[in-house]
Amino acid sequence: MTQLHFNEATYQCEAGESVLDALTRQGVAVPYSCRSGVCQSCMMQSADANVPGAAQHGLKSTLQAQNYFLACACHPVEDMTVCLADSSDKLLQATVSAIRPLNNEIMCVGLDCPSLQDYRAGQFINLYRDAGFSRSYSLASVPSDSYLRLHVRRLPDGRMSNWIHDELKIGDNLYISAPLGSCFYLPGAEEQALLLIGTGSGLAPLMGILRDALNRQHAGEIHLYHGSRDTAGLYLVEELRELAAHYSNFHYTPCVSGGTATTGCQTGRAVDIALAEHPDLTGWRVFLCGNPNMVKSARKKAYLARAAMNDIYADAFVAAVN
Amino acid sequence: MSNELFQKLGGEAAVNAAVDVFYRRVLSDDRISDFFDDVDMERQAAKQKAFLTMAFGGPVHYTGADMRKGHAHLVARGLNDSHFDAVVDNLVAALQELNVPAELIAEVGAVCETTRNDVLGK
Repeated sequence: MTQLHFNEATYQCEAGESVLDALTRQGVAVPYSCRSGVCQSCMMQSADANVPGAAQHGLKSTLQAQNYFLACACHPVEDMTVCLADSSDKLLQATVSAIRPLNNEIMCVGLDCPSLQDYRAGQFINLYRDAGFSRSYSLASVPSDSYLRLHVRRLPDGRMSNWIHDELKIGDNLYISAPLGSCFYLPGAEEQALLLIGTGSGLAPLMGILRDALNRQHAGEIHLYHGSRDTAGLYLVEELRELAAHYSNFHYTPCVSGGTATTGCQTGRAVDIALAEHPDLTGWRVFLCGNPNMVKSARKKAYLARAAMNDIYADAFVAAVN
Repeated sequence: MSNELFQKLGGEAAVNAAVDVFYRRVLSDDRISDFFDDVDMERQAAKQKAFLTMAFGGPVHYTGADMRKGHAHLVARGLNDSHFDAVVDNLVAALQELNVPAELIAEVGAVCETTRNDVLGK
């Protein structure tokens, strides 16, 4: 018999019993469906890396790396501390260490957060203006950078984004959540081709993912397509061109969907241009970030272009309701 | 619904081979793709895998009540026999594409048929 620590209570798990059966038997509500380790409805997360391998069967590698597991397929071999997927609520203090515009609508915010050393480039944090008011922003930095970087796009009625653009200054203190999300690069499969497609400030997580992959000497081809309505919405263009000039396996294509593109840009939607140039994505790893409709349609298109579902990583930027 | 059928088809490896072929067909089929358009594709793909495992006579344990509950929102949107048939058509076509023998495909079809009334809430 082992013990399960969940929400500051302890539950017994009988020999041969799954985590799902043990918790539901004792009155804990855990969502589930197939009870056979397939449908992934009962996904939970362990605080430690002591998850039996069978309980992670079929999960995306980025989820496995964060100790996610399927409760119905998990027969603990030792005591475990578990929580429901994405229920982490620990807050960390951060100080604004840099703030500069990247273009007319996107601000780069640098945050110094000594208690956050360990994260995966491309994950996101929730940034708190006060206790009840937060918004999600992706991490554009890599852990070896001296501070965290966010790309904050000004939204017309965005209470958080307008405050950040107009009032936030170096030295201000605020709180952020622990890093969340599973859209990030994992080493291994160094020869695999990578396709990165982002719109607007969806470039933020892709910058982190790209730099992480390059730092880890990813050997396969890396193609980044960044889309915007007009050229004014593109940013970090020079930095990305320099990276492309420096790394022969990295290719950068800025895309403008409305109006006329300037030299070096393609005209059209980023996802359409990317898939026209790479119609067969068999064996590719695909990262999709930004506008939710773009992410949804690109995910379907990439899958129909024969990318494996477990090789498609997505981060949809759903606008908050004010 | 025999474990024997599951073994003859090739077990979990066969499910893994078939699920992408099947699900790509479903998403490309205008008769039914709308029913699959609102949902999280990743969760949906995992559910398709659970469905195929069941259709192959493998070890998943859906009850009739699970089937009714899981599809009630789709029945409310008009899910009917023609859509059920279209899903089975796509499964049959996927298995043919993978050169599964006709008699095994017929057995898979028969397993699907046992779920029809529960899926459609009849």
